[in-house]
Amino acid sequence: MSIFGFHYRLERKTMGLVLGIILVASIGGLVEIAPLFTIHQTVEDAPDMRLYTPLELAGRNIYIREGCYACHSQMIRTLRDEVDRYGPYSLAVESKYDHPMLWGSKRTGPDLARIGEKYSDSWHVAHLNNPRDVVAVSVMPAYGWLSTTELRTDDLTLHLKAQRAVGVPYTDDMIANAATDAAGQAAPDSPLADGVTKRYGKATTVRAFDGRPNQLTEMDALVAYLQVLGRLTEAAIKPVARAGAAQ
Amino acid sequence: MIAQLTSYERQRAILISLAVALCGLLLGLAGRDDPIGIHGALIFLAGVATIFLIGRDYYAPEPPVERLALYYDDPSKVGIVLAMIWAVFGLAVGDWAAWQLVNPDLTFGGGWSSFGRIRPVHTTSVIFGFGGNGLIATSFYVLQRTSRARLPDQIAPWFVLFGYNLFCLLAVTGYMMGVTQSKEYAEPEWYADIWLVVVWVVYFLIYVRTLARRKEPHIYVANWYYMAFILVVAMLHIVNNLAVPVSLGHAKSYSAFSGVQDAMTQWWYGHNAVAFFLTAGFLGMMYYFLPMRAGRPLYSYRLSIISFWGITFFYMWAGSHHLHYTALPQWVQTLGMTFSLMLLIPSWASAGNALLTLNGAWHKVRDDATLRFMMVAAVFYGLTTFEGSFMAIRPVNALSHYTDWTIGHVHAGALGWVAMITFGAIYAIVPWLWKRDAMYSAKLVEAHFWLALSGTIVYVFAMWNSGIVQGLMWRTYNESGTLAYSFIDSLIAMRPYYIARAVGGLFFVLGACVGAYNIWMTITKPAVAAERSGDLPEPALAGAAAQPAE
Repeated sequence: MSIFGFHYRLERKTMGLVLGIILVASIGGLVEIAPLFTIHQTVEDAPDMRLYTPLELAGRNIYIREGCYACHSQMIRTLRDEVDRYGPYSLAVESKYDHPMLWGSKRTGPDLARIGEKYSDSWHVAHLNNPRDVVAVSVMPAYGWLSTTELRTDDLTLHLKAQRAVGVPYTDDMIANAATDAAGQAAPDSPLADGVTKRYGKATTVRAFDGRPNQLTEMDALVAYLQVLGRLTEAAIKPVARAGAAQ
Repeated sequence: MIAQLTSYERQRAILISLAVALCGLLLGLAGRDDPIGIHGALIFLAGVATIFLIGRDYYAPEPPVERLALYYDDPSKVGIVLAMIWAVFGLAVGDWAAWQLVNPDLTFGGGWSSFGRIRPVHTTSVIFGFGGNGLIATSFYVLQRTSRARLPDQIAPWFVLFGYNLFCLLAVTGYMMGVTQSKEYAEPEWYADIWLVVVWVVYFLIYVRTLARRKEPHIYVANWYYMAFILVVAMLHIVNNLAVPVSLGHAKSYSAFSGVQDAMTQWWYGHNAVAFFLTAGFLGMMYYFLPMRAGRPLYSYRLSIISFWGITFFYMWAGSHHLHYTALPQWVQTLGMTFSLMLLIPSWASAGNALLTLNGAWHKVRDDATLRFMMVAAVFYGLTTFEGSFMAIRPVNALSHYTDWTIGHVHAGALGWVAMITFGAIYAIVPWLWKRDAMYSAKLVEAHFWLALSGTIVYVFAMWNSGIVQGLMWRTYNESGTLAYSFIDSLIAMRPYYIARAVGGLFFVLGACVGAYNIWMTITKPAVAAERSGDLPEPALAGAAAQPAE
């Protein structure tokens, strides 16, 4: 009996075709995706890995909302010119807490994986308000309303809870103080600021990102997020940390 | 439309609409201060509007029993009209986005109109709005003809069609409000995703129930593809969209996966959305409409078996070629590249099978723009799958990835293959569905063909050029060993190509407008043609039915 003879009978059975399609189509995904969860070497160890603060997470959500990922990647490939242009190539651990990842697929604008602290806050604010004020030939849209829109913080507790449900290790303390920590991170001289570094580590940046400490805007959140890109862990910069992970 | 439903079906339809409206009301109340509240209101209004629509004809007389001896084509008719509306809208938005890269201030200062938000409006409208409605409409038509059986009932097809369009509407309006999961081609949020699963299960059940009633012993090859499209898209959609919503009153959710696992899951989805939505579904379309229009039998039945199972198996491994040189483990990248190359065999088997079917009918290809649409589609299918396999080779991908070459490749497939085969199928099916001798104007079909073809070629050549220039500029070093060009240098070099692309896109939009006008005129002009002979579930009825039509 040839395979065509077998098929001659199979194509007379609806359920035979249905099961055949499901079976044949499942194999590729099972072989390629399932081991990524079980093979330890897939994601490097980075003990110094920080979590996004509530303000940075809110900024990340604005980045997603505006579709920034459509033109900006966050994944530096292991190619000489990319490392020379953007910095050390990206490691898997650096997006370990990114639900979802924002590696991107297109660079109409440059990669942003290591944009954090390369430019000043005021450069980012000016650039987002109108990109052509600082880069004359830019084709990026202007995001003028970010500076005038107040950031919603009352539901940040729920956001952190949902993040914990998908595996990001936010503590009860972090969840309870999410809204005040968001306000504190953009108001360096306020009493709320201390709690942010206490909960999220000394390396956390506490600044009036949009230049106005008395106002918490979407601009604060987005700039805080851009300034932390590539800076949650030093694993990609310190070769020692990588060597440790390889064992 | 409603008059064709039995009174029992009318009651059922009202109950379903009521349930949908209630869900919308609950979402609207739970998310009063969130975009989900607006979507709740939209769902509520959709449900209420449907109830009124049914209520208007609720007391119309029962439909004649003789209807059961005929095919049920009303949902296909509405589906074709919806597909054309989405085509014109989605293509126009795409061209608007293209002009924004020439003049970024074409957003007119709005948040909803910036590139990042309208880009998914474009992709969703053309892929799911235009393509999806085209697939649903033609699949109902093909399923009935190749099974010689009427659809199992008269509500389920409407539920699938309207439910699916509600999903598209939620998706597109959501992006403009900033509601998105950011996963390419899977942007709609959790509540829209759940709704699509419900719609999709009913779609699958229609297929299985109709096949169970079939009078042909064999299931025709077009239906294998339509079934693979339905089944695998369900699988991909459910896995890739697993997420935890912030609350039931929030549109926002967080993906269950993160980082490298999320990237792999997303591109397993993304590449197979191309495979099972944009390829398998439209191959199903091609395997029916191309032989029918050419009046030739399919060239090789055995070749179709090889290409079907080859595509179903190989494609699912290929997604990781979107992640070459990234933090994805190299063994997965290598598997993706290998299977992408092997994929060329079943892909070219399909394209070759289509073109060889035209042997003996090439004079028709010359004279008939409808058949020429399908022929060009098969050629572009062959070209694009070759290019895709080529771009999946790691060192080639090093140059092409992140550049406009990807955009060029995608549009060679989307405009050259998907849109062309759909327009071809629509120009064939419209006279058949509305019982006309031919389209309103063959000249306008011809005009549409040349606008579409020239637009595609201008678009694709512009993007090939810009992509390769971009890729080369990014990796060029000067004599002192430093990078020769800044990113901005490459952006300046893109400008002429971006203008050319937007012009090519404009041609394509204009073609779709010509098509929409032609279809509208065909539908609204009075019927003259008789029933296509033999277009009935029972061959015995064919002779009988031909008489009263005379």
